Amino acid sequence: MSDSTVASASSVPQPKFSKISEAVIRIAGNSQDGIQAIGGFLARLAGRSEQEVMTFMTIPSTISGGASIFQVRIGTGEVLSSGDDADVLLAFYQESYRNHLSSLRKGGIVLFDSDHVEPDPSKSSEFHHVGVPITSLTVEAIGGTARDKGKNIYALGLIARMFDLNLAKLEKLISERFAGKDESVTKNALSAFHAGYAYNVSGLVETFQFTDSSKRAGHQVVMNGNEALAYGLIAAGVRFGAGYPITPWSDIMELLRRELPKYGGMFIQCEDEIASISMAIGASYSGRVAVTGSSGPGISLKTEALGWAVMAEIPLIVVDVQRGGPSTGMPTNVEQSDLNIACFGGHGDSPRVVIAPSNVEDCFYVAIEAVNIARKYSVPVVLVTDQAIATRIEAFEEPDLKKLCQDLAPDLSPVQEFKPYDLQAPDGITRHLAPGTRIASGKYPIVTGLEHDELGHPTSSPKLHQQMTDKRRNKLKALAAEWTTPKVYGPPEGDVLLVGWGSSQGPLREAVEKARAAGDSYSSLHIRLLNPLPNGLEDIFAGYNHVFVVELNDQGLYGYGQLAGILRARYCDPKIRGINKSDGLTWKVKEILQRVKEQLTTLKQKN
Amino acid sequence: MINITNEFPPRLSTLKPAPILPESERKGLTKKETAADHPTWCPGCGDFSVLALYFKLIEKRAIWHEKITTVAGIGCSSRFPYFVQGHGVHFIHGRALPFATGLSLTRPDLHVFVFGGDGDAFSIGGNHLTHAARKNIKMTYVIMDNQVYGLTKKQTSPTSPLGFKSKTDMWGAIDHPINPVKQLVSAGATFIARTTSTNPKHVLEMMEAAMDHDGFSVIQCLSECVEFFEGAFDSANPRKGGAFTEVPADHDKTDEFAAYKLAAEPFPGKFGIHYQVQRETKNKLEADITGKAREKFKGLEDWQILQRNFDRMK
Repeated sequence: MSDSTVASASSVPQPKFSKISEAVIRIAGNSQDGIQAIGGFLARLAGRSEQEVMTFMTIPSTISGGASIFQVRIGTGEVLSSGDDADVLLAFYQESYRNHLSSLRKGGIVLFDSDHVEPDPSKSSEFHHVGVPITSLTVEAIGGTARDKGKNIYALGLIARMFDLNLAKLEKLISERFAGKDESVTKNALSAFHAGYAYNVSGLVETFQFTDSSKRAGHQVVMNGNEALAYGLIAAGVRFGAGYPITPWSDIMELLRRELPKYGGMFIQCEDEIASISMAIGASYSGRVAVTGSSGPGISLKTEALGWAVMAEIPLIVVDVQRGGPSTGMPTNVEQSDLNIACFGGHGDSPRVVIAPSNVEDCFYVAIEAVNIARKYSVPVVLVTDQAIATRIEAFEEPDLKKLCQDLAPDLSPVQEFKPYDLQAPDGITRHLAPGTRIASGKYPIVTGLEHDELGHPTSSPKLHQQMTDKRRNKLKALAAEWTTPKVYGPPEGDVLLVGWGSSQGPLREAVEKARAAGDSYSSLHIRLLNPLPNGLEDIFAGYNHVFVVELNDQGLYGYGQLAGILRARYCDPKIRGINKSDGLTWKVKEILQRVKEQLTTLKQKN
Repeated sequence: MINITNEFPPRLSTLKPAPILPESERKGLTKKETAADHPTWCPGCGDFSVLALYFKLIEKRAIWHEKITTVAGIGCSSRFPYFVQGHGVHFIHGRALPFATGLSLTRPDLHVFVFGGDGDAFSIGGNHLTHAARKNIKMTYVIMDNQVYGLTKKQTSPTSPLGFKSKTDMWGAIDHPINPVKQLVSAGATFIARTTSTNPKHVLEMMEAAMDHDGFSVIQCLSECVEFFEGAFDSANPRKGGAFTEVPADHDKTDEFAAYKLAAEPFPGKFGIHYQVQRETKNKLEADITGKAREKFKGLEDWQILQRNFDRMK
């Protein structure tokens, strides 16, 4: 760690460092302890140090109290997942110690607050135990009676010492974080941080230094998936949104409410989910693609209006930040169980586009793609993300905003004539014409949910219903043909192909790396465009003996998850099989590998 | 990284441009130019009159063709947009108001008209009526109240009077009907008027007043369903032995208690503006927020504003 500086004023003796390329740190406490803040500082520091970082958090679905964890994986190489096992566990309470010790690798370090944690002597041979009276030392450092306030920052100091993190950069981050608040807040935070840093943790435990980052020079930005998605929508030119509060979608709504006015736009909090989508469709109709969004239950409520947008061919973005379902389910846990509703939710044949980002960075780009698809094909696009991607923080290369930002101001210049549902249009692709546009012929369009003729007037003609149904379908087939076939991660031929979508791209790639290192012939394929499916997937599947679709949803009545079911229906290929789980947590790499091995063994026995 | 970029024409090449006409060269619309499909309503339906008066309003107020934006939900009366030659929207049941809100907030150059029935307004869309009213969204909402579900052939509606015999209340309606004016007063609507389709002059007068109101203007227009609730509004029709009584001249339109009291009168009650106050519209309040935010970033392009956020996340 060439650019790190050990505090010169510190009286702590120079410690010995072991060089490491990555570390997984799990911080366990309660939801109001500010452990997300520690994780946030570490993630941001990694971003500024050209390191890779990925975080993982769980929060209880209660306002205050309840166990919460934040896991940070920092590395100088490629970081694909938030890590299976922690190298360091920071435990604030007895239950954090008890519940999370099992997530620590054998020989890992458990750093605990000895004011609250009584370590289990039977575990002392398995893990390095380091007790620090964090609570009392924090009070000592910043004085006052503030109960536990600041102990998170104290603990950050301990971690900074343990990993020889860049002191100056962290100080700057802390000052930035509390900028705008009372000066004493920053002063207290820095005091707590320095006290933690000065604590002789290096006398108690091995300390580490990250090897130099080989990352290319250039700026990284650090944010979570919800932020990346919301900023992506702004870059794409979206200037109107409407929504209703629901976890974990609300962050996007709040961010857009705060940011859109700067761009001349607005975000409206509505009375309910149905009003939200209706208002967004109304704004889209007025000429500029608008956004609505929700999670689980809210998406169910939106489906009637979504079907209208399909029928009326109005562009629209619907964000679905998936959580555990059905019904209220597990609001703060991850699941990929909304794919079916995204693709098929609603009555009648209502083809729409479904697209899912593969990581935090992709949330930004997928938002732009979704907006362009919606406009180009005059169709609603359901942008499916999930709780894990929404809340996890990653560092990624700063996008070229000047190049990417789009202006979508509607064109209201007059036209000779206009048919909103022109059946002669190639591939069935027509575009919406904003109200306020003069049509010289004097024949004006109606957009409607009734089956209609080319001008939008109602019809019960069997021929027209068939033709219009074809039109709505064919334009999505044109999109499938335009879309680039996804690339396989790993060799194009082999024994096993792992197929995934959404937030599991990283763990799948890491699983491929591990399997290949162990001599197994694995590759993976990540599908971003889920409806319509891109062309050419069958050729990819042909290169492997087994295709396992790894999803965070139930195996269903017939043994396949939601994407696996769609792929089997589409390709009629019996070698497509599902690997599924519904525990509300992201995939661990070892879980994936173990489940594949199990399936392969079962298949061998059957043969 | 991005599969579908912005590099496609905003309009299809088949769309031929037309010249921009200076206003001086444009003429107001005649009924012939404003009428589209022949209405699907039953002969004798009250809705014909409302449609004819909408045409008259367009003609009288010289609304340009492209500025006519007519939105509706589902129901007999909600077929309205198909009969008007202008930009029209036939949305889903009960949700015309939120749709129109999205349109109104983003297009200050258009005056949005919403037409619908009592089912749309007070039953399936009841929640939206409350919130469009309290938010005071600039638009005009004409509720063609026939006190029955006509399109689905005679079920009880939220405004059906007690004792009304329908296919779902064969013994007579037992649920207390909604009083539209009371409902709207308590929700915070800023313009509430009552009229009846059998008095064309009054309908037009109310439409004009509603259009001129800066805010959420609602007209409850009694509109008889001759098929399923014949004679429902005879008591308001002098030609059928009833009485058309206007709101008394001394009624204080700005007094919500007076409006409430007036609305409590036995059917058919009084006709005219029951309540009208000036309150800032959401359109204006949102525009103020936007204006203030824009002021801070004057001279910056959108990407530069976004860049500032990204710089803070480094």
